[in-house]
Amino acid sequence: MTLTTKALLKSLWVFHLSTGSCNNCDIEVLDCLTPRHDVERFGIKLAGSIRHADVLLVTGSCNRKSAALLQKLYKEAPQPCFVVAIGECSLSRGIFIHSYNCPQPLDALVPVSAYIPGCPPKPEAIISGVLKLIRKVKGKR
Amino acid sequence: MDVLFTGLYVLVFPGFLTILVLGFFSSWIERKVTARVQYRKGPPLLQPVYDVVKLLGKETILPKRGNPFVFAAAPLLGLASSSIVAVMLMIQPLVASSFVGDLIVVVYLLTLPSLALVIGGAASGNPLASQGVSREIKLMLGYELPFLIVVALAVYKAGFRIDLEGLSGASAPLSVSGVIAFIIALFCVQAKLGFPPFDVAEAETEIMSGTYIEYSGPLLAVFKITQAVLLFTLPVFLITVFWGGIRFVGLDIFWFALKYVVILVLIIVIKNTNPRIRIDQALKFFWGFCAGAAAAAFGLAVAGNVFGIAWL
Ligand code: SF4
Repeated sequence: MTLTTKALLKSLWVFHLSTGSCNNCDIEVLDCLTPRHDVERFGIKLAGSIRHADVLLVTGSCNRKSAALLQKLYKEAPQPCFVVAIGECSLSRGIFIHSYNCPQPLDALVPVSAYIPGCPPKPEAIISGVLKLIRKVKGKR
Repeated sequence: MDVLFTGLYVLVFPGFLTILVLGFFSSWIERKVTARVQYRKGPPLLQPVYDVVKLLGKETILPKRGNPFVFAAAPLLGLASSSIVAVMLMIQPLVASSFVGDLIVVVYLLTLPSLALVIGGAASGNPLASQGVSREIKLMLGYELPFLIVVALAVYKAGFRIDLEGLSGASAPLSVSGVIAFIIALFCVQAKLGFPPFDVAEAETEIMSGTYIEYSGPLLAVFKITQAVLLFTLPVFLITVFWGGIRFVGLDIFWFALKYVVILVLIIVIKNTNPRIRIDQALKFFWGFCAGAAAAAFGLAVAGNVFGIAWL
């Protein structure tokens, strides 16, 4: 593992993207930044612009309009950039699976590195999901 | 031998390397104290280093519709000017290498990091960046006026010395006008750093990092380093000009460190207790309140000089 990858895992800047969620997952993501969970301990920070992001946190069911934007955003992110799917909606479209408006799940649109299930997932689950992403990049299980 | 020493001064101590380390340390203190103020634990000591090393390994994306050359050159301009200022301020007490007018050079060089931000943002061809650029220019117009008045006041109190050595010998803080000048300079430094309440140019929630929006990878790392260096340089500038200067002998090193920490903590507390203000409010604040108070302080200083009242 190179030095920059090592540093990357200690300073993941996340960009938070909602592709038509019910907003509950987004609130749980923001919960992680509050004093109680404080992900800045691990160097995780919310990035304002996609150009600064290392992780794309995607919530929601990828409806027709946002799917195109999601793919565009993924191309705009500087590599290496990981995608993390948060919530049942972005994992498998959840309750919207039969909707005319949600033709594809997230991982058919962009490569996904980690899945965090739950409707919505707890902040603890999100933190442990990011931890699993770090382990995965490090090459352990 | 001289060449070797000069190289050592510029690159290692008190030059670029030392300033880089101190800058990273200051930016860690800034983040840690911010976290403690908000009852959080805060990032580890090496966090600023991790951030920069990580950014060095990321992809650089140059804008298609902007000007890639200017876009890439602007951060280097900012880093170069801020580190030159830092070296000039630190080397002066060490080897007494002050020349007439170096204060003016320092004041000019201190505007360059903001200008670099303006140039880089404008070259990125992004509408949100140009929004940030316009705000940054207005902010600069705002804070430069009171800043120059209080610097002129310091020069006046030091007996019209425009070299750093003469200024650092003066006892400006022991007077009413000196204290007012220091406070206003602190506000200007806050704006120069782009910290809340004056972070209008990079407002993350409204214009998505504004001027920085298109920067990625190593170029963003250069901006981060510039910010860290500035976080060290600007308090040192305040100490040199408004708070008795720096001397590297005996107990004075300790006093220097103490003054530095006090200024840093003041900056952080202002940062954490104030929400972002609008750009028109910032202009009103700097041109109205700050410039007025600075002019009044100047009047006090002149009166004190004419009537021989030392504490004015
Ligand atoms: S997974 Fe559940 S909580 Fe999250 S966006 Fe979908 S419906 Fe809402």
